[in-house]
Amino acid sequence: MTHAADLYQELILDHGRRPRNHRALDGASGKADGHNPLCGDRVTVFVRVEGGVVADVTFVGTGCAISQASSSLMTEAVRGRSVAEVEALFGRFHDLVTGTPADDAAQDALGKLAAFAGVAEFPMRVKCATLAWHTLRAALAGPAAVGAPVTTEDAS
Amino acid sequence: MSRAPAPVVGGRPVAPFDPHRVRAEFPILSRRVRRGRPLVYLDNAATTQKPLAVIEALDRHWRTSNANVHRGVHLLSQESTTAMEAARGHVARFLGAADPREVVFVRGTTEAVNLVAHAWGRANLRPGDEILLTTMEHHSNIVPWQLVAAQTGAVVRAAPILDDGSLDREGFRRLLSPRTRLVGVAHVSNALGTVNPVRELAQEAHAVGALVLVDGAQAVSHLRVDVRALGVDFYAFSGHKVFGPTGIGALWGRKALLDAMPPWQGGGDMIRTVSFSGSTWADVPARFEAGTPAIAEAIGLGAAVEWLGGLPADAVAAHEADLLEHGTRLLEGVPGLRLVGTAPGKVSVLSFVLEGVHPHDVGTLLDLEGVAVRTGHHCAQPVMDRFGLPATARASLALYNVREDLDALVAALHKVRETFPL
Repeated sequence: MTHAADLYQELILDHGRRPRNHRALDGASGKADGHNPLCGDRVTVFVRVEGGVVADVTFVGTGCAISQASSSLMTEAVRGRSVAEVEALFGRFHDLVTGTPADDAAQDALGKLAAFAGVAEFPMRVKCATLAWHTLRAALAGPAAVGAPVTTEDAS
Repeated sequence: MSRAPAPVVGGRPVAPFDPHRVRAEFPILSRRVRRGRPLVYLDNAATTQKPLAVIEALDRHWRTSNANVHRGVHLLSQESTTAMEAARGHVARFLGAADPREVVFVRGTTEAVNLVAHAWGRANLRPGDEILLTTMEHHSNIVPWQLVAAQTGAVVRAAPILDDGSLDREGFRRLLSPRTRLVGVAHVSNALGTVNPVRELAQEAHAVGALVLVDGAQAVSHLRVDVRALGVDFYAFSGHKVFGPTGIGALWGRKALLDAMPPWQGGGDMIRTVSFSGSTWADVPARFEAGTPAIAEAIGLGAAVEWLGGLPADAVAAHEADLLEHGTRLLEGVPGLRLVGTAPGKVSVLSFVLEGVHPHDVGTLLDLEGVAVRTGHHCAQPVMDRFGLPATARASLALYNVREDLDALVAALHKVRETFPL
């Protein structure tokens, strides 16, 4: 697995080039900033939770193809899921990009996110793939979540 | 094959230099990386590879002479002390210093700047005094001054740079004033490759009574440095960027200045006498070398500068200039590529951005082709801000690079363009 096409799959390139849900969200119940100063990657995640379910989620930001595609595919993957389901999905995604073995059920649950499997070969890029997710988690903590931006440059 | 280096420089015949023969002295350059591709090492501004002369000097020290320095009466301690002090002499000669006692061994450029900022700065800076830096400084020549400014009430200023990455000389002169106590300037910019006119800047600084500290980290492996001809007051560099080990570097300072500076770290080796009623300090350079030094690394650094000094400097410079010209020409042919830093007379560094591709994606895709470059802000965020960029990709050259390395870089960049079409 160390070919360019394994990491930069067509799905990732497409979402990196034309990120979906790339806009601010009016009436968000939560919002958080993520910033990896070493890379310069920035993302702001907006989320509207209704009855414990992610009714809408969007992001704005700039960065590498991996971080933009990860943000975009994340918004598609978590919309309509309960907060607990989002947390479980993040766990599976994290295992995927850090190369932690998973069972078939966990693989299936990832859906399109499985395109990020190649990231595991590039430990330096894990932080790019996980920034949006960590930022989403902060946004889900609610409107009170203010303070320093989320970063994935200290740990994955 | 690379074109042979020009046999004549500035009308003078120069000794021949064969980069392919020099490459054979660097074992790592023959290793293979991703999918068996040969290593194309173009991250020399981050750190240089090590020649056998250095590897063997370290090995010889560990195998035969290792002991602590400056204290044992036994043979090994004598040998270690003699070798380390010989290395200090080699570094002094490498820099054109008048006296080896003007050479303080430090961990690297960062520690050298911190030493001056704390030992000289805390003793001499008063509220309202100014430290004049440039926008192209590495963080290691910015942050130590911010720390000492916060403690003393001094103010840090930064001279602007022009669109091609050269220093704005008018802007520099405007900021220079009798309040300026020290000018801190990179000899060569790590992010742009710009060579600063250090001698002229030192004359202007001295005219207002300011001292001059030069960050020579990116210069020493590319330019012949003579601290007395440059007319500066402090000159700092890191061993690992000049083919030596990590964890060692040198601060050169004028002896009268060093003599007048108080210590900044306390411990063994830096004292004359110690009692609980007070201690007295050793003479320089020991005053600034508290604790057991990086003995083997200092010996390795001595071996590195001796090795470099044994090469024909003019021919090496001609070879590097040829590489830079070749690389610049090739990079300009990559669709959507923009060079950042095009100052006349620059050395080593080819910093660039590729339209539509983030530098980190460029870096990963080049790595897959065996090409090692740096991507990011290069510890020079003010430079990135100046050019409105979050990051660049940077290929940086050393004397052991050959035209084929740049050909491989550009072939890999064309592949990046295939993955990320314009």
